Parts: sequence; C-alpha cells; structure tokens
Amino acid sequence: MSENLRFKDHHTEQRLFRNRMLVAILGVVVLMGVLVARFYNLQVVNYENYRTQSDQNRIQVRPVPPTRGLIYDRNGELLADNRPSYTLSIVRERVKNLDETLELLGQLVEIEDSDIDKFNRRLPRRRPFEPVPLRYRLSEEEIARISVNEYRMPGVSVEAELVRYYPKGDLFAHSVGYVGRINDRELQQFTEEDVRRYRGTLSIGKVGLERSYENLLLGEVGDENVETNARGRVLKVLERHDPKPGAELTLHLDTRLQQVATDALGDRRGSVVAIDVKTGGVLAFVSKPAFDPNLFVTGISFSDYRALSDSLDVPLFNRALQGQYPPGSTLKPMMGLGGLAAGVISAETKVADPGFFKLPNDKRIYRDWKRWGHGKHVDLIQGLAQSCDVYFWDMASRWNIDGMHDFATRFGLGEKTGIDLPVERPGLFPSRDWKRGARGTPWFPGDSLNAVLGQGFVLATPLQLAVMTATIANRGSHFRPQVVMAVDGVEQPPEVLHHVEAKPEYWDLVFKGMEAVVYSAHGTGKRAGAGLDFKVAGKSGTAQVVGIAQGERYDSDALKERHRDHALFVAFAPVDDPQIAVSVLVENGEGGGLVAAPVAREVFAEWISRPLEETAWHPPLNLNPSQEAVARG
Amino acid sequence: MASRDYMHRLPDAGSSLRRPASLSRRLHIDMPLLLLLLLLASVGLVILYSASGEEIHYVKRQSVFLGLAFVGMLIAAQIPLEFYRRWSPWFYLAGCCMLVAVLFIGVGAKGAQRWLEIGGFRFQPSEALKLAVPISVAAYLHNRTLPPSFLSVAIALAIVAVPAALIVRQPDLGTSILIAASGLFALYLSGLSWKMIGSAVLAALMAAWPMWQWGLRDYQRQRILTLFNPDADRLGAGWNIFQSKAAIGSGGWYGKGYMQGTQSQLDFLPESHTDFIIAVLAEEWGMRGALLLLLLYLLIIARGIYISFMAQSVFGRLLAGSITLTFFVYVFVNIGMVSGLLPVVGVPLPLVSHGGTSVITLMAGFGILMAISTEKRRVLF
Repeated sequence: MSENLRFKDHHTEQRLFRNRMLVAILGVVVLMGVLVARFYNLQVVNYENYRTQSDQNRIQVRPVPPTRGLIYDRNGELLADNRPSYTLSIVRERVKNLDETLELLGQLVEIEDSDIDKFNRRLPRRRPFEPVPLRYRLSEEEIARISVNEYRMPGVSVEAELVRYYPKGDLFAHSVGYVGRINDRELQQFTEEDVRRYRGTLSIGKVGLERSYENLLLGEVGDENVETNARGRVLKVLERHDPKPGAELTLHLDTRLQQVATDALGDRRGSVVAIDVKTGGVLAFVSKPAFDPNLFVTGISFSDYRALSDSLDVPLFNRALQGQYPPGSTLKPMMGLGGLAAGVISAETKVADPGFFKLPNDKRIYRDWKRWGHGKHVDLIQGLAQSCDVYFWDMASRWNIDGMHDFATRFGLGEKTGIDLPVERPGLFPSRDWKRGARGTPWFPGDSLNAVLGQGFVLATPLQLAVMTATIANRGSHFRPQVVMAVDGVEQPPEVLHHVEAKPEYWDLVFKGMEAVVYSAHGTGKRAGAGLDFKVAGKSGTAQVVGIAQGERYDSDALKERHRDHALFVAFAPVDDPQIAVSVLVENGEGGGLVAAPVAREVFAEWISRPLEETAWHPPLNLNPSQEAVARG
Repeated sequence: MASRDYMHRLPDAGSSLRRPASLSRRLHIDMPLLLLLLLLASVGLVILYSASGEEIHYVKRQSVFLGLAFVGMLIAAQIPLEFYRRWSPWFYLAGCCMLVAVLFIGVGAKGAQRWLEIGGFRFQPSEALKLAVPISVAAYLHNRTLPPSFLSVAIALAIVAVPAALIVRQPDLGTSILIAASGLFALYLSGLSWKMIGSAVLAALMAAWPMWQWGLRDYQRQRILTLFNPDADRLGAGWNIFQSKAAIGSGGWYGKGYMQGTQSQLDFLPESHTDFIIAVLAEEWGMRGALLLLLLYLLIIARGIYISFMAQSVFGRLLAGSITLTFFVYVFVNIGMVSGLLPVVGVPLPLVSHGGTSVITLMAGFGILMAISTEKRRVLF
C-alpha cells in the first residue's frame, strides 16, 4: 500500500538524478585534475630526474680492457703473445630448459662433469642476465659446431677474450713468467686505483717479468658507453674511449742462446745464467727443469698443478734466482783479488801445500781436496788453476773477516742483485756482526777458512755468481743485472752499482789465474775452452749438499744421487775483451770442471761465434706495427 | 516550477513530432560519440604499433578486435531499450550461473579460474556481468519510487553483491570491484540519500583494517605497499612502476618522438602494449600527448553524461550514467596505476591497450549508450 501512496514523481526523480550526476561530474573533474597534476609532476617538475633514470637504464658504461704489452727477445722474437680464446657461456634467464641445453651442448663439445659442477656453483651468484661461463678454450671446430646449432639453444653464446700465450713454452718460464686469473687474495689487496685500472681485465702477472713489469704491461683501461635493452643485449656503442695498450718489452734475453744453454744442461737439474759483461744485460736465464707457463694462464687444472708441485725435481722453483747454494771454489778468483787489494798476499806470495792446513794454536787439521797437496811453491795463479785450498786458507788466516765480507759485498754477494725479476733471494756472506746477531757466537778463525772457500755460512744464487763473474770480467764495474733492454722502444740504460778499485796488475793476475784454470796442464776447467778459437777464463767449484731429510720414501738410488755434490762453474770470454760472463750450476753433478764447464763452453761457442752486430749491446729494435707483423708471422 | 520550465525548454523535447528523424537517429547512432570512439581507437592503434615494438601483427589483431567491437556496438544500439530492461533478470541469472560454473569447471592460469570453455571457445563470464549488473540494478530501480527506500537499496545491494562475491572467489579482485562500482553508480544516481552514502563510507573505512589483515592476499598487500614505497624493491615488485614512472617522466613536455621512447623500445617498460601503454604515449609524445588523450576521454565521458541527462526513462538515465562513470573509472584506475598513484591492478586502458574481450564489452556498453541516446522521445505533459 505504501508503494501506491508514494506516487512516482518524474520531476523529483530527474532533479535527484541531476544533483547526483553534478556531484559525480565534480568528482570526475577533480580526479582528472589529479591525473593532470600527476603527469605535470612527473613530466615537468621531475623531468630531469626521470630523464637521468631512463638514461641510466639504457646506457651502460662498459670497460674496454687494454691489450697487454707484448714481450720480445733482443732479436724481436715474440716471447709473450695475446691470442683470442673462446669461452662458452650461458645466460640462464634465456634458457627454457637448462638440462636439455646442457645435454645438447654435451653432444657438441666436450664438457666434463667438473665443468658442470663449477657452472652450477657459479649460477646462484650471478647478476640477472649475466653470462655464466661453462667451458673455456674452445677449439675452432667446437665453435663451428656450436654456432651451427645456436638456433636450437637460446641463451648459449661464445665469447672471445684475449689471453696470454707463450709461444716458446717452457723455455722462458723462469724469466718471463706467466699471468693468471686475478684471485681473491690479490683482489683484496687492490687499491681503489687498482680496482679502476683492472676493470674488464681478468688476468694479472703472477711470476717473473709478467709480475715485475705488471704496471707497464697492463696498459690503461678504456670505456665505452653502450645502449642496451632490458635483457642487457648491446644494441649500439654510443661513445668510446679507446684503451691504451700496455708497454712492449724488449729483453736482453736471446732465444737461441737460451735454447743452447738449456740443451747443454741436458736432462740434468740446474741453472745457467749468462750476462752481457758490458751492460749487465741478462742474455740467458735458465732454471731446469721448467714448466709450461701456458698451463697457468686461464687457470691450471688441479691434476696439472699437483704434478708440478709434487715433483721431486721442483720445476716451479726458480733455481737461478732463488736457489741459495754454497758457491764453493768459484769464489776463489774474487777472494784472491781481495787478498791482493788488501795487501794480504802479493804476486810473489808462495805457499807450501802438504795436503793439509793447520791454524796456529789449533789442533784441527784442514785437508785440501787433493790428498798429497799441490806442491811446495804454490802462487796465486797456480792456486786458482788447481784450486789449491791451502793457499787460500793461508791467505784467510791472515785476513780479517770483515774486510773479506766488505770486499765480497761489492761484487754483489750477500745482498740482492737488484735484477728486474721478483722474489730474489739475497744469499749470505757472513761477517762478525752477522754471526753475533744470528748465531750468538763470536767469529772463529776456522770460520774464515770456510768462508774463503765459499762454504760454511756462505750462500749464493747462480745469478749472484754470474754478476760476480761479470764484475771481474770488466775489471770492477758492477752492473745491476737487467732482463729488460727496452720499454716501448725506449732503452733502459745500464746501471753501475759499484766500481771495485784495484790495481790493473791485480786484475791481470786474476785473469791469468782464471785462464790457467782452463788452459794450464793441471787446470780444473779445461773442458770450458775445448776447441774454441778464443780464450776463456773460468773457475770451477763444488758445493756440498746438506740437509736432504732422510727416511722419506725416496728410492735409495734417487737418494744417493741427490746426495752428490753440486757442480759449479763460472767463466767469461774472450779473455782479451770480455763480452759474456756465465755461471753454471748442475745439481748433484759432482765435478764442476767435468760437468758444469762444458755447459759454459756451449754458451760461449754460441755467443762469440755470432756477428758482432747481433751480440753487442745495441739500441733496441724500434718496432713499428708492420715490422711487428713480420716478427710475429 | 523552475525545473518544469527548464524541461520544456530542452531543445530536443518533442522534436520528433515536428521533423523527421535524421539518418543517424534512424540507425540508432550517436554521431558525436561514434566519431570520438573512432578517433580514440585510431590513436590507440598508432600507439600500439610503437608499443608492440613495430610489430604490425599486434596492430592487425587489434584492428580485427576493434572491427568486431564496433559491429557489436552497432548491434547493441539497434536493440530497443525496453528489451534490455525486460530481459535483465534473465541476463543476470544466466551470468550468475556462468560464474558459479566457472568456480567448478572453469579453466585458467596462475591459480585463477576465470574462463569457461565450451566447444573450444573460451570466454570470461565476468565480462558479461560488467553489463548485466548495471542493467539489472537500473532495471530494478526503474520501477521503484525514487529516492529508493531502504528495502530497495538493500535489494539493489544484493543484486551487486552476489556476482561480485562470485568473482572475488575466482579470484579476481580488480574486476569484482569494477563490477560492484558499476552497480553502485546506478544506485547512487537513483538518488541514494547522503546519509546512507555517508554511513557506507564510514563502514568502509572501519572495514579497511580487517580487510587488510584478513581479506587480502599477500601479493595484493605487496602491491599496495609498493605504491607507498616504490623504490624499496626496485628489481622485484617495484620494477613495473619504477620503469613506467621513468618512462612517463623522461618524456617531458615534448616527448622523445614517436617510436623513439627508450624505455618502451628497449623493453625496460613491462606490459608496454597492454596495461602500461599510456606510459609509451607519455614517453614518446610527452605531456602534450598525454593531455590530448585525457581530453579525448573527457569528451567521451562528457557525451555519455549528456546522453544520460537526455535519457527518456529512469532506466536509461541510470544505465547511461553508470556506463559512463564506470568508463571513467577504467580510465582513472589504469592511468593512476601506471603513473604510480594507485596499486597495480590489471585494468587495461580502454580502447588503447591491446586485448580482445574487454574491447568488445566496452563497445557493447557504448552501443547501449547509443540505444539510450536514440530512444523514441516521449512527450512530456
């Protein structure tokens, strides 16, 4: 009934509608105004902000790593090259079925379980759309097989990277060294500047010149601004600042001489260091056995590394630079010169050698290496030629140890030579102070007898012996040994560290003594000069082996072999105008004159037979790109 | 008295008696509305071409949808208004049945069942309800005295609530709210008293906390939180809004040029050819373009409101008002969402976003609007 009472009034209804609609229109206008205000806020007020944001979205600054500087030997032969290496990577976000893709890839290229393990470990740590490497060092054939099938495997890509390559294999492993992937420890030590410089670079010099010249070899990183889409794919390069390639190194080292020295050692362990007498330039630097540095460049496999580090022959050990051996009788020429200079002996000094020596007030008998002695009237020349111990004991008993130490130091013994290779060992030449500090005991006269023969406390690296011999050869100019001859074509000037002052006749005497080692009837190093048409001067030495731990599971033959004395020989040639000085060490070689001297002979034969323009120190080859191509080809 | 005079002075009132109906009137076409819609659809296709990465494929597909939708609109315009009103209970019933069916035998993706599949043909029943609900509410109120009594309001609310609840269950909160809004607009326009509106708003505010706590799903809560702190999770939930704001903002006043938008062309802007297409326009055409598009929408809404004012019956008036205001809500919600004013809900930009079903429903709605505008004038006495 109430419905009937309320008569439908069209006009009231229309007015009601109109009221409500007008309110709604107001709402529409206000809300539209809100939208307009919002767009004004975004597009006009905060335009700059959002413009920057959208640019940051699409424009990525990518580092362009520099090309590492190449390393050449003195004749322009390439020792360290950069070669493209291809890596198989997967962008997880673009792969539909990972297992299927991995299986398909496994049919195309060789993928080991360990590769997949490493890949799976890297997967959760990546940024979105970052390619994750699955396998390194693809062969050309593998690349071809992948690219043919690429359409079946979205998200799979092959990326190129320049990696170091050492074309001479193990020949320069201990001098040029190698680069490797930057590891966590190195990363932690990076300064802010390092972090900037190494953007985009994956490798760093680990050993040898690669390490000591890292700063020069690296170069300067470049940048490019690239436009990418949301998936990180680069669409175009907007701007590019080219990187500056690393400096090119030209070395004093000579590939052929290095090869000759290496071959001359045969399959023995040991070291050969040859130095250019006129400059201190290192012409050959051999430590045997060596290893293939290419194994380390993109990460050495566990089994390869175990094989190298577990080897009894310690191929990773740089004998020439870090091996500290008792130098034995190789010190005698230097000591003799010192005795002359200090006035302890003279050219006329003669010593009777009954085969043993006794200090006054000492019961101990020091026995010469030759049972019945070298005769009644041994002078310096004979003392050197026959390596007469008694002559030098007699000298040492009358010479103050500190004078001996100071003289030896000026030839570079007991301190680092300053060569441009990293992690050099200093060796040791004892003094009174040293013994009191290190051992807490006073200096005994017997200690001097050991020191003059390069035994007891005395230790020297093969490199130090070569430097000492070169210093004798050019009559007192002690050069700092240098491996690098030129950086980017700019010669590195030779550097004289000391000049040892001694009368010319003293030098003549020592030269004669060393010449007699090679040429006199009873000379201990006759093999060093056999068949050469120039004169060689040298000195043999024998170093007693101490301290190989017994009771380890070595077979007894090997143990015996490793207890034999080390054979040493130092020499320079030609005597009338010395060009090259050499130190040879043959581990467990026993006779210095027998085993080590022939190695020195081979080095001289190779070097002195060369035409002068090849061997003399010359301003380095200034390689321009076209010559470089020829040299590399 | 004043209002009565006003009604008599309406230009169209009684004109059908005096001069023959124009061609467009006889074909039940509202010319201004048709032209505005055609203009909007063409603008939409132009933007879509750029937004889809210059793929003509999407433009062709959308053109086909638009063609079908315009035909649908013309057909909907031919049907007498009385028919919609009389049959509204059956539309409504059929729609609700389908919604119930969706809950049991519906198909869908990502944990939501929204589609029915009959003989290989897939459709979304909630689309039909977008029209059925306002029609039903308007039809119901047509026979009541207005302003509606408490009972009428209660029944009208029930008409809205049943399908809304069924759609929430799918779950599809966004569509449910929009459908509820269309019914509530009809109720509001019928003259709902301010007292009731006030208490409803109050009740809604009071329900907000429990709704937040228990009514929303995690992802829905996340979307609302993102709205207030879009930078918190830039690579996750905040990504879409971060990128769309950057797209709009970087367009500036002049824009980067057609097909030159870096955000949209380099795929930083997600959903660029569907829900986020306004960001493409704003980036490439700048604020000038965005304002022109808003103006176009405003003109269409104005025409719809004009039609509702001119409607001859309560049913037509309420329905036209509801359809028009709902259209505005679509526009506002979409643009508000893309520009970071509202939480992310899946509402396409009417007639511009790529997508079929929503266009067809939308144009059917405009067809009904045309039917209302060309309804036979009755002589007022």
